[in-house]
Amino acid sequence: MINTADILETIQMITQENLDVRTVTMGISLYDCVSDDVGRLCDNIYDKLMKNAAALVSTCGDLERLYGIPIVNKRLSVTPISQIGGAAGRDGYVKIAKTLDRAARDLGINFIGGFSALVQKGETLGADRLMCAIPEALAETEMVCASVNVGSTRAGLNMDAVARMGRVIKETADLTADRDALGCAKLVVFCNAVDDNPFMAGAFNGCGEGDCVINVGVSGPGVVESAVRRAGNCNFSALADTIKKTAFKITRVGQLVAYEASKRLGVPYGIVDLSLAPTPAVGDSVACILTSMGLADCGGPGTTAALAMLNDAVKKGGVMASSHVGGLSGAFIPVSEDAGMISAASSGALTIEKLEAMTAVCSVGLDMICIPGDTTAETISGIIADEAAIGMVNGKTTAVRVIPAPGKTVGDVVEFGGLLGHAPVMRVSPVSCADFIGRGGRIPAPIHSLKN
Amino acid sequence: MKAVITVIGKDQVGIIADVSAACARFSVNILEITQSVLDAYFAMIMIAEIKDLSCSFSDFADTLSALGKEKNLEIRCMHEDIFSSMHTI
Repeated sequence: MINTADILETIQMITQENLDVRTVTMGISLYDCVSDDVGRLCDNIYDKLMKNAAALVSTCGDLERLYGIPIVNKRLSVTPISQIGGAAGRDGYVKIAKTLDRAARDLGINFIGGFSALVQKGETLGADRLMCAIPEALAETEMVCASVNVGSTRAGLNMDAVARMGRVIKETADLTADRDALGCAKLVVFCNAVDDNPFMAGAFNGCGEGDCVINVGVSGPGVVESAVRRAGNCNFSALADTIKKTAFKITRVGQLVAYEASKRLGVPYGIVDLSLAPTPAVGDSVACILTSMGLADCGGPGTTAALAMLNDAVKKGGVMASSHVGGLSGAFIPVSEDAGMISAASSGALTIEKLEAMTAVCSVGLDMICIPGDTTAETISGIIADEAAIGMVNGKTTAVRVIPAPGKTVGDVVEFGGLLGHAPVMRVSPVSCADFIGRGGRIPAPIHSLKN
Repeated sequence: MKAVITVIGKDQVGIIADVSAACARFSVNILEITQSVLDAYFAMIMIAEIKDLSCSFSDFADTLSALGKEKNLEIRCMHEDIFSSMHTI
């Protein structure tokens, strides 16, 4: 029997604490679209996306009204395009990106991810051409997101690809300079990328996934922050228990929506991603959860420990609430998309070096960070290498999504709008790593990759 | 299958009558009502059976929401599953 207190608690979470389902992402395999003719390949892709996802937006709308909870994003993730576009040249890849964009627009979805390459050990011809095409593809499309996996715990780090992605990010920034380098906000460089991630910009439908699948990403930083504040001055054991209980409730909503969306769309349910995904809205911030635990600001001493506890408690609470957990699952710390992070970065409390430490204990990595426009490609590659090394050695996913905003310098503000938010340009160490990055080759996989 | 209808707003004549009339119009059977008036504010939670609902759930929820706007009340209609999922193991 449902009791009054439970009803009121749920409604308060939705109306006052920004509880929502962050994304319902349909993963679609494009392997059966392959053709040696780029025009035919594009037609096949468009037709398959339109057929499989025709009812995605309307079904999510029905579920929003059924359960009274917002479903903020409806998205698609597709097979990494480098794996199906091998026969296409650079221009062919741009054409494929435009096809993805057209399908996304016609379907009314928010983003489509999967303009991706997996090059942790080496680059195929297809991956090479896709990486060449990324800057133009992102400049000429609106909803397409790109990602490149440059390392893994099993394969080590492909430092040639790391060096190259520094240049690709710079070129993408230049081609979208009129929009404050918006293209870079749609480009992620991963280590240990996951196959079933529903979140952008790094979503793709991995090669071990089925033909079509529903993955759901939950949210709820505001709900956790309120629960932590209500818990008052308790010790860490009690605080962790509070977060676990809250994460359980949040995740159950995601599980319910995933199950029902899967049933209505006739598509298998994949996973629920237990992430705390912030938005720039007030009361929807991961940084504010950390300050509600007792830190004066995000970025000071204690921040990494607070985030580690938060991340662990979210997983422990969430994992029992869902039959299949996957994706990135953890707290996100994107600077421009989190009001508390924006404030801490603006005041100088939060630095890139501290963010790097934080990425060792939470989901993903250096995310939505604006850096000076004159940052060199080699320095960006150095940032990617550091972040990828954390992922490789710790057996976790890490990522870099930095925006070297052309013409901007430390203290300037870059405005993207919407869920991407805005962010101050942060200081990057001026110490050169050009000779290090210039070595090329691969950093060998760590000893603990040999598990068999 | 049950729906949970919540109404919050300034107290006025006929709130329960209006919501009940909408339920009757769509063959929704009211099972339980909890209501209170605090400081001139009205709050009601209604549990209703929707197995014989004569329209789609979305249309019913939209109708109640529109009624709320018309009367300057916040009326939400949500399927019971969201509450049972969140609060029971």
